[in-house]
Amino acid sequence: METFAALAHGMAVAVQPMNLLYALIGVFLGTAVGVLPGIGPALTVALLLPVTYKLDPGGSLIMFAGIYYGGMYGGSTTAILINTPGESASMATALEGNKMAKAGRGGPALATAAIGSFVAGTIATIGLAFLSPWLVDFAVRFGPEDYFALMCVAFVTVSATFGDSPIRGLTSLFIGLTLGLIGIDKLTGQARLAFGIPELLDGVEVTTLAVGLFALGEALYVASRRHHTEEKLEPVRGSLWMTKEDWKRSWKPWLRGTMFGFPIGALPAGGAEIPTFLSYSTEKRLAKHPEEFGKGAIEGVAGPEAANNASAAGTLVPLLTLGLPTSATAAMMLAGFQQYGLNPGPLLFAERPDLVWGLIASLFIANVMLLVLNLPLVGLWVKLLAIPQPWLYAGILVFATMGTIAAKPSVVELSMLAAFGVLGFLMRRFDFPIAPVVVGLILGPIAESQLRRALAISLGDPMTLLQSPMSATLLGIALIALVAPFVLKGLGRFKASED
Amino acid sequence: MTDLPQGARSRRVDRAGVAIALALAALAAVLVWDSRQLQTTTMYGMGPEVMPVVIAIGLGILAIGNLIDALRGNLPARESADPKAVWLILAGLALLIAIIGFGGGFILATSALFVTTSAAFGRRAILVDSAIALVMTTLIYLTFDRLLTLSLPAGPLERLL
Repeated sequence: METFAALAHGMAVAVQPMNLLYALIGVFLGTAVGVLPGIGPALTVALLLPVTYKLDPGGSLIMFAGIYYGGMYGGSTTAILINTPGESASMATALEGNKMAKAGRGGPALATAAIGSFVAGTIATIGLAFLSPWLVDFAVRFGPEDYFALMCVAFVTVSATFGDSPIRGLTSLFIGLTLGLIGIDKLTGQARLAFGIPELLDGVEVTTLAVGLFALGEALYVASRRHHTEEKLEPVRGSLWMTKEDWKRSWKPWLRGTMFGFPIGALPAGGAEIPTFLSYSTEKRLAKHPEEFGKGAIEGVAGPEAANNASAAGTLVPLLTLGLPTSATAAMMLAGFQQYGLNPGPLLFAERPDLVWGLIASLFIANVMLLVLNLPLVGLWVKLLAIPQPWLYAGILVFATMGTIAAKPSVVELSMLAAFGVLGFLMRRFDFPIAPVVVGLILGPIAESQLRRALAISLGDPMTLLQSPMSATLLGIALIALVAPFVLKGLGRFKASED
Repeated sequence: MTDLPQGARSRRVDRAGVAIALALAALAAVLVWDSRQLQTTTMYGMGPEVMPVVIAIGLGILAIGNLIDALRGNLPARESADPKAVWLILAGLALLIAIIGFGGGFILATSALFVTTSAAFGRRAILVDSAIALVMTTLIYLTFDRLLTLSLPAGPLERLL
């Protein structure tokens, strides 16, 4: 079969010694950064982008795969040991895992999270490998109007459908879309919203926005409410290993979590919160001892962690095949591609199969490496967690600004970074979701150019959007997804605090 | 649609929410104003001035939505914040930008940010923190500038290395 050949070719790329080393550095750095409290996978990728500046695209993407999965593993460790989930997708893990750690069962909690992530990540990556070529075949037939409609679906689901408040989600999205307008219009060469400042002509860098919103915003927010919360690190006591009973209680949640995570992640349905919470409530319903939930049930760690990882691999499906990022982390991965002038999508599969399949194969390798690294190194990660808060955040800010200083050491760029930091702080304080801003910035200009291309082809007739059955269907879905949360209040009961 | 859980105190007008609504409306106005100076050169389809107006309309509607939420007191409850910590970090960022702008170099700039951030999180040992910051940023500079050949701005300290 074609996929096997492509995957085997990818494996051959990924197991070259240099690439293995890149993957190893990636998972190590990714875990080390991801384990720091308050840092989710999106910020992990954003902070570590400068490390990959000087690598060739292949090596850099492989390192990215490692960073991505490493950041996710790191996040679950933090959630279990200090109950501060770096991202909303780890909230279910924090719920049960931290209780387990308090009861002296931190080891098995970490183990079930790590092994569950491995199982889910592997199955979901196989899903990615087999689903992608099929979707690519489908996507090559997409016209610009279909792409535009697809992006409308992503805009709505990411911002409005599943959040706390559709109004605040859409507000975040439109702030991102506004930022996306800044700079030279690619079709006519005219400057928009540049106000005569030359640095603004190139537009807003995704990394500057993401690091400002996530790193600076988080640091400002945590500093502002330091007097409210006391973080407590739970020491890992007792055995690290899972008992026979733990295995028996874990394997089904792993598989069920994967079944929730991968399809929902692969649909442009916004983030990993939904599968993790679905998995959590399913495990609670199916458990033999539902009364243990809320007091440290291992099923409540195993299922959501698997769902979280499976959905992370799932979001790579629309990213790689359609160029459509549906989470903040995926948006950062897209930024990583773009720094080499690469645009994920059907064309990349045709033109650079070595890159795409090398990346997919590296996901398998990163998964194995993490399983081997994570548990033995748990002592090291715990030490990272014990860094005093002032130094921790001071260090995070030094690294966060370093990325911008290295890319563009200008006063304007750094001021933008600071301004995005203030924006991120205010958005956290007033409970606006952050991910839609990043997705809006990165997808807004692409959606606009697809729409303008579609209208140019149709000689300005907007009905072209409804004449293509694909685009008409997608726009219909977008409309339903937009209206539904206003009609059915209570659909989005998942409180998303973002990474 | 009654706002269920927050209870009676959430009924008050939320001033900050009104300010957010006004800011969104102002942003919409800026978009429209900016789009007026663009020339329509496209014969068919959409010129560059259309999208800003569409987004401005969206922002305008959202400003109204946010205003309604604020007037109804529908915003989520907020805890008190410590403005001093926020200003300290912002001062650190301002220092960093100034030092980079005047050619003070990477080490001094990021050290300033490190010390102010650490102070914002409640540390009072400025001398110790400065020493830690200088050592750490020097190591970062050496790793990234020399080892990974990433160019970081050099000032007086970097030239000594």
